[in-house]
Amino acid sequence: METLVINHTEERIWKILEEVYDPEIPVLSVIDLGIVRSVNTNNDQIEINITPTYSGCPAMDVISMNIRMALIQNGFNDVIIRQQLSPAWTTDWMTEIGKQKLTSYGIAPPVSKTFDKEYFENLVVPCPLCRSKNTRMISEFGSTSCKALFQCNDCLEPFDYFKCH
Amino acid sequence: MHTQSTEGNVIHLDHALHLADNSLIMGHRLSEWTGKGPTLEQDIAITNISLDLIGQARNFYQYAATLSESKNGQPATEDTLAYLRDAHEFKNLLITELPNGHWGKSILKIFFFSTLQYFVYQKLIYISDQQISAIAEKSLKEIAYHVRWSSEWVLRLGDGTEESHMKIQEALDDLWPYTGEMFEPVDWENGLYSGEKGLQSIQEDWTKKVSEVLKEATLTLPDADTWMQSGGKKGVHKEHLGYILTEMQFLQRAYPGCEW
Repeated sequence: METLVINHTEERIWKILEEVYDPEIPVLSVIDLGIVRSVNTNNDQIEINITPTYSGCPAMDVISMNIRMALIQNGFNDVIIRQQLSPAWTTDWMTEIGKQKLTSYGIAPPVSKTFDKEYFENLVVPCPLCRSKNTRMISEFGSTSCKALFQCNDCLEPFDYFKCH
Repeated sequence: MHTQSTEGNVIHLDHALHLADNSLIMGHRLSEWTGKGPTLEQDIAITNISLDLIGQARNFYQYAATLSESKNGQPATEDTLAYLRDAHEFKNLLITELPNGHWGKSILKIFFFSTLQYFVYQKLIYISDQQISAIAEKSLKEIAYHVRWSSEWVLRLGDGTEESHMKIQEALDDLWPYTGEMFEPVDWENGLYSGEKGLQSIQEDWTKKVSEVLKEATLTLPDADTWMQSGGKKGVHKEHLGYILTEMQFLQRAYPGCEW
């Protein structure tokens, strides 16, 4: 019986985490981003392992704080949040729902599965606004560590692309 | 995990500090470009690189702090290591503290340094210190971007206009004497890289990659017997580091323990 109770708590916590959003891309939850590695409960103590996206991403500290706040609001006061570096985070861990949310928010989601040598040569990023595949990269670096800057050659709108990582 | 390496050989504290100091000083220097890049996109690019480097430095410092505590028995944090050590205690390569100079010179600095990081971290991911290997694995994804971006710029400037070619060739001649130190072994590096030829094989890979790009950029490599500067790894620095630290450490020196 006890295991069932613990699982129930963990389930609740995963649900709560679905409501914790990335401060830089407020449509994506930490679950959508794929940064939550594990949730463990030990009596009243909750331990959460998260994987940072980029080493210098300033959102990570805010995300840790927001996770803590969300759990406290739900009555979980004893929370340990650990950062796990290896295996390194990859955009492959982003959920399909997350990718759809990105598109409707106007950010092109990562297009290929893994980061490989041919990645840049064959990179075709569809415009999140008009869906045209006739787009070009303006800059490999964008407004946050995780994004590159693109422009659509058809509708002419500039847009962010969430880089494959 | 975040705070400790559970098994295997632990890297020498000075080596962890060297990796951290390299990234911090390089990142801090590049951050001086904020708001001054030649175009908005490139301003964003160079400051993104700076941010990656400072993030990597934080990971190394957090780990170095645990090593420092167990070695010296004194409390240490990423902040005390970055803000409360003096110039002679920093072990960064001299090239990281050199002033940025013009755009082409900064580009070349990034190209030389990122290419070094790339080959060094390729070795670090296989060492038995799990925390260092995890940081290296994480950082490599970012570094690959830095190498790619900077080598494209080296090509553009070297094989560009007469003026851009002249300026980056000049920068190359200026910076070359600072590349020898990268491969000069110091005692705390001994035995870390697999095989006795560790640093030597890094040097071979680095020289091959760098020569290829410089050649394609129509630039002339300085003489192989160029006299090389050294000292950074042993804490003997140029005057530049003092100025960087004076600015970077001011707040903690003037208001010890200040938080915001």
